[in-house]
Amino acid sequence: MTAPDTHRAIEAVWRIESARLIAGLTRIVGDVGAAEDLAQDALVAALERWPESGVPDSPGAWLMATAKHRAIDLLRRRALLERKHEQLGYELEAVQEMAVPDLDAAIDDHVGDDLLRLMFTACHPVLSTEARVALTLRLVGGLTTEEIARAFLVPASTVAQRIVRAKRTLAEARVRFEVPRGAELAGRLSSVLEVLYLVFNEGYSATAGDDWMRPALCEDALRLGRILAGLAPEEPEVHGLVALMEIQASRSRARVGPSGEPVLLLDQNRARWDHLLIGRGLEALRRAEELGGAEGPYALQARIAACHARAHTPEETDWKRIAALYDVLAEVAPSPVVALNRAVAIGMAFGPAVGLERVDALTSEPLLRSYHLLPAVRGDLLDKLGRFEEARAEFERAASLTRNARERDLLLQRAAACAGRPVVTGPSRERKAPMSS
Amino acid sequence: MRFMLLVKADKNSEAGVLPDEKLLTDMGKYNDELVKAGVLLAGEGLQPSSKGARVKFSGSKRTVTDGPFSETKELIAGFWLIQVKSKEEAIEWVKRAPNPFPGTESEIEIRQVFEAEDFGPEFTPELREEEERQRAAMAKKR
Repeated sequence: MTAPDTHRAIEAVWRIESARLIAGLTRIVGDVGAAEDLAQDALVAALERWPESGVPDSPGAWLMATAKHRAIDLLRRRALLERKHEQLGYELEAVQEMAVPDLDAAIDDHVGDDLLRLMFTACHPVLSTEARVALTLRLVGGLTTEEIARAFLVPASTVAQRIVRAKRTLAEARVRFEVPRGAELAGRLSSVLEVLYLVFNEGYSATAGDDWMRPALCEDALRLGRILAGLAPEEPEVHGLVALMEIQASRSRARVGPSGEPVLLLDQNRARWDHLLIGRGLEALRRAEELGGAEGPYALQARIAACHARAHTPEETDWKRIAALYDVLAEVAPSPVVALNRAVAIGMAFGPAVGLERVDALTSEPLLRSYHLLPAVRGDLLDKLGRFEEARAEFERAASLTRNARERDLLLQRAAACAGRPVVTGPSRERKAPMSS
Repeated sequence: MRFMLLVKADKNSEAGVLPDEKLLTDMGKYNDELVKAGVLLAGEGLQPSSKGARVKFSGSKRTVTDGPFSETKELIAGFWLIQVKSKEEAIEWVKRAPNPFPGTESEIEIRQVFEAEDFGPEFTPELREEEERQRAAMAKKR
């Protein structure tokens, strides 16, 4: 193997092993910051040794052994420095545990628990949302600071700072490395799910930049979701979120046109949907339902996505069922965006006039004031009602509000298509897609 | 990116010999590891070629041949479909797999799956044409 080959192999090993490594080390040394430093040291050691010695047969075990030696040194130094420190007992216990002859087996037994603890720690509520996202991708996803920066279109130094600050916050708040129990669990779990879905959405419909989608982020979020489903198989909403992401990701290929422009749901070539992912999504949804979670917010959204996935043509879409599911979602997880989507579904199920009535009721909603999809949806409904001049103005307004270049082009196209069309009486027969995709 | 990991057949798999308990356990553990890492999309073991068939294409002619097929080493006994970041990561995962035919020499081939972007910009005119054709066909159906 040449040196660059070895480097790529080491990167691959890191991607596979880093989360377990950091998780296992955090249990030993007590905080994620120190654990990540130890893991990074082991990585540096591998980068020095492996190009000459070759990649060992069990690279993960090698990294763990190397990092553990350093962890023991660290604990000894800490014990010397802070003899009276209250954590001493805890740390000594960890050192003793490491004296168990079959160290790797001991570590392996904890791997699942440790990874789950790591996810909960990275998504801890003491951290800002941005910090949770960066820390999760870095510690659990194994992404480099540069990769995270590229994904979110911010300078690498910004991400690096966010991560350093997040680690400090966790240490200062003395956040325990544990899986929350009882009443705390639900809230903490929803924070983890929120972070994963946020990452997914940033990939699925980039809020800014030139690309309509950044598929690598979707893949990372899906991978983390699938990992979480393996770690917490009894939690219905985890499966609900995985189902939602699998079904949405199944449309990735179809929702980008030949020159990178967005293709809306009802215009998509359904033969290009990924039926493997749809099958996985429906399976995950079935699991969520079996666990009694059919009415969880993510499961409900997955059920709505499943209605689209099951329709072989846009005409087959069961809009009445979708509207009914939105009715439930609006009760379980009310939000202006849900209300807007509900209005779209109602418009599709019961006609654009009814839909427009619903949308108009939302125009005074402060949270939607600068949300580009509100005028986009209004424009669409007005277009269907033959009120082209009003529709054009709405599409233009939507275009001025979006930060995504591809989406702006699409909205301006729709505005242009409305311009100069004669006003017709009665609704147009054409069924254009709403803005969801 | 996605990779298909192809397990090459051997005389035992072709004879329909089922894996023993140890191999089943090891494979189960390995599959579990792939699932827990969030990389496994699909995976199946295949019945011997004696239960399969081939359709040979020659111009517009189709000829069906029933299995078994003789060139054992070229046959496939099973596959995994995984989603990873690089070929190296796929290789790392394959190195961790149990030997599919313990005690013998066996092989797992790693092949990358085409993604839409692999076709590059030069493919877009045809793609667009295809899209338009399908749309026209759908419009007619309405």
